[in-house]
Amino acid sequence: MHLLNPDSAKDRLRGADIKNGSAVPQIFPDGRLPPPSMDHLDELEAQSIYILREAFARLKKLALLWSLGKDSNVMIWLARKAFFGRVPFPALHVDTGKKFAEMYAFRDRFGKEWDLDLKVEPCPPIDAVDPTLPPAARSAARKTEGLKWALTKYGFDGLIAGIRRDEEATRAKERVFSPRGLEGGWDVRDQPPEFWDQFNASVPQGAHLRVHPILHWTEADIWAYTKRENIPIIPLYLSKNGKRYRSLGDQDITNPVESTASNIDEILAELDGTKVPERAGRALDHETEDAFERLRVAGYL
Amino acid sequence: MNMILPASVSATPNGTTRPQVRIVIVGHVDHGKSTLVGRLLHETGSLPEGKLEMLKAVSARRGMPFEWSFLLDALQTERDQGITIDTTQIRFRTRSRDVVLIDAPGHAEFLRNMITGASQADGAVLIIDALEGVRDQTRRHGYLLHLLGIKQVAIVVNKMDRVDFSADRFKEISDEISAHLTGLGVTPSAVIPISARDGDGVAEHTARIGWYQGPTVVEALDALEPARPLEQLALRLPVQAIYKFDDRRIVAGRIESGHLSAGDEIVIMPAGKIAKIKTVESWPVTPLKGSHGAGRSVGITLDRELFIERGDVIAHAGATPRDTRRIRARIFWLHDKPLSKGDQILIRLGTRETRASVVAIEKAVDPGELSNEETRAIARNHVGEIDISLAQPIAADPYQENSRTGRLVIEVNGRIAGGGLVLSVDAGQRAVPIDIVPVESALRPEERSARYRHNGAVIWLTGLPGSGKSTLARALERRLFSRGGSPILLDGDTLRAGLNGDLGFSAQDRTENIRRLAEVATHLARNGHIAVVAAVSPSADDRAAARRIADNSFREIYVATPAEVCETRDPKGHYAKARAGTLQAFTGIGNDYQPPAQAELRIDTSARTVSDATDEIERMLAETGILFDELVDLAANI
Repeated sequence: MHLLNPDSAKDRLRGADIKNGSAVPQIFPDGRLPPPSMDHLDELEAQSIYILREAFARLKKLALLWSLGKDSNVMIWLARKAFFGRVPFPALHVDTGKKFAEMYAFRDRFGKEWDLDLKVEPCPPIDAVDPTLPPAARSAARKTEGLKWALTKYGFDGLIAGIRRDEEATRAKERVFSPRGLEGGWDVRDQPPEFWDQFNASVPQGAHLRVHPILHWTEADIWAYTKRENIPIIPLYLSKNGKRYRSLGDQDITNPVESTASNIDEILAELDGTKVPERAGRALDHETEDAFERLRVAGYL
Repeated sequence: MNMILPASVSATPNGTTRPQVRIVIVGHVDHGKSTLVGRLLHETGSLPEGKLEMLKAVSARRGMPFEWSFLLDALQTERDQGITIDTTQIRFRTRSRDVVLIDAPGHAEFLRNMITGASQADGAVLIIDALEGVRDQTRRHGYLLHLLGIKQVAIVVNKMDRVDFSADRFKEISDEISAHLTGLGVTPSAVIPISARDGDGVAEHTARIGWYQGPTVVEALDALEPARPLEQLALRLPVQAIYKFDDRRIVAGRIESGHLSAGDEIVIMPAGKIAKIKTVESWPVTPLKGSHGAGRSVGITLDRELFIERGDVIAHAGATPRDTRRIRARIFWLHDKPLSKGDQILIRLGTRETRASVVAIEKAVDPGELSNEETRAIARNHVGEIDISLAQPIAADPYQENSRTGRLVIEVNGRIAGGGLVLSVDAGQRAVPIDIVPVESALRPEERSARYRHNGAVIWLTGLPGSGKSTLARALERRLFSRGGSPILLDGDTLRAGLNGDLGFSAQDRTENIRRLAEVATHLARNGHIAVVAAVSPSADDRAAARRIADNSFREIYVATPAEVCETRDPKGHYAKARAGTLQAFTGIGNDYQPPAQAELRIDTSARTVSDATDEIERMLAETGILFDELVDLAANI
């Protein structure tokens, strides 16, 4: 049977020549294509790594926004894969000062263990934020202001952010490389075309670009990948006294959901059946019809 | 506001084996795309709890009847205008697969967003209003699906309730659109009569369309296959970057087609250099064994150090892409300003970017009208065929041979302005066959640099005859040699006596003369020597070409001695002969010398000594990283 072994066949003839030289279509026993060599998570991972490497190649001064949540932890993991172990740009935590204690403990531990160039930047007091926003959105908008401060301080031209299309309607319209105005704003009406993994990476002087390497992932993808890769998580995501957090934000504007899921398998099973949106526990999404969109246009993630 | 369901169904708890297919819904504005999507979500039980009720309440509050499209048109601006501005994605499950629906705007104003959405799809649903029939945007979207390489297309004839479910009207539309698409090489997989608003034909056949025997929309979606990575084609690995984070020198990129393993002999295109893959690197486990196929993002190390950069394409020997400076492409154009003959553009193909100019335009047409062919310019939202001349050679395939390395985008002012398919690649620029196998030197450039204490370079002295180029070149040669370096003089006239003996002084021959000088000098520079070229080289274009060949090892020195001084010197007697009319095509008497605008150094030899000028050149070489700076160490010794 050695004649059918591709490795031994390669010794005699070049593999590429065999494949291209043959005009006869390959026939498979059941008339179907062979199973793909990459599964769904492999494909997601390869695409994210491609995006991260494009960002690193085309922008001058990058930072990765580390919110300490499940999505940005996956993103850091992907960056370590993309760059063979070490993240070659700073991890920026824009700290509202109101996160859960478990989140700070996680940051302090894994910032060191993952050998991150961690930069923690504070947010301005609440008085400095647009008073016409509803209370929770106003509180979250502090983060946007904190982000602007950090941008000015370090002069980053690219910020890598862990948003996903399936999280929320306006995020579904995002580009992978998303240009921002001088004030950090998002001009949703004039987004450039983006196709075939060719990205718009030119940044006007003083403006920056958001890069979204996990835009194409879903909440379930994040969990399935976290499990497969054994990525550490904050225990708040797991059920305690019948409740768990699906999404982590500031302590005062984030609520747990009813859940008995005490490990990732159970989370995945729960997601499989749920019709409740992921950000249901995030107060700022639900205050008025357009509060979240207004936040995003102003530069929120 | 959170109007879209996050039906998180792509990864399943027991594995990730369900096929995921991405489908774009396209068609003319108001033909019912968003309505169909809303209805599909409802029919497949994909809506979050309370969403339908909440939307109905929002509609009531705004005093307008409920629309299924509200589900998608989530942005404030969209609801106000009643049209979809940008592309949106939404997920649901059918019996056999996970579907990602991409809703693309139908308004001509937002074609760039339609393309952004559609380019991510495995298949498409083209929707047509039964009352209005095929419209310009229907045809335009059909044409763009072809240009985007989407082969699986299902047609949906919507609003059948508005034509009393007439089988005749359906057939009329079906025939027209089928003929249009077939002409583009796209065969529709199904043509389905539906009423998205009422639900007929979406998930179920109803009595009102009892005459229709084909699949429902859900069934047709179930039949679309996910696009597969191109594992069966020859290896193409466009290089994204070279990383030197530790002692490994890792070449990183994504395999666009074929596969690779450690030990493979590879060719790096367009330069045609050969090497062997030493290892396939990864993290946390490294190195990896076995074969790695299309779709993987990989990092490899090579068995030798050679010049490789972002934009190169790695292939297997004997199955390489073409290297070319000339491409013909069929493109769509999205920029406000029409693309015209002679325009300077930026091309991105794979990870390579290069400047280019549009040499010719043909068959420019509005794909919505398909008439009035133009040959001067391609207007916004139109398509056409272009010939482009590239500033640098690139590696490319015709799209019929490899769809991933056979497509390109065009950038104008840093923003993507168009894109299209590579129809043909003219490899005629290179006289030699593509399967030449250049042999790399046994020595690495670093070994030579360590001995010579300088990097390789091409020092290009340009200026009028008699300006002092050869004198300076000889002085520089002596200076570099005496500090232990390896300078080599390439004098224009000397080379004309041998290598370039077949060339005269026509513009074409001068160009070729410069190209050969640059190629020889670059070869020396790549091997660690400093090639000192003394050549009049009057044409700015020719010198720019030389700079492209030598790339970042190029240092241009403009020997800017005034013309009258040059003529009084006249070391070779050329000025005298030219004045006497016995020497034709002599640069110096006319004004055909084009001075460099951005030379690294400008020296007027009428105002300074040779030794002084040589000092200045030496300083420039040290400052720009050619000579290793030892001045500090020398000072310490004194």
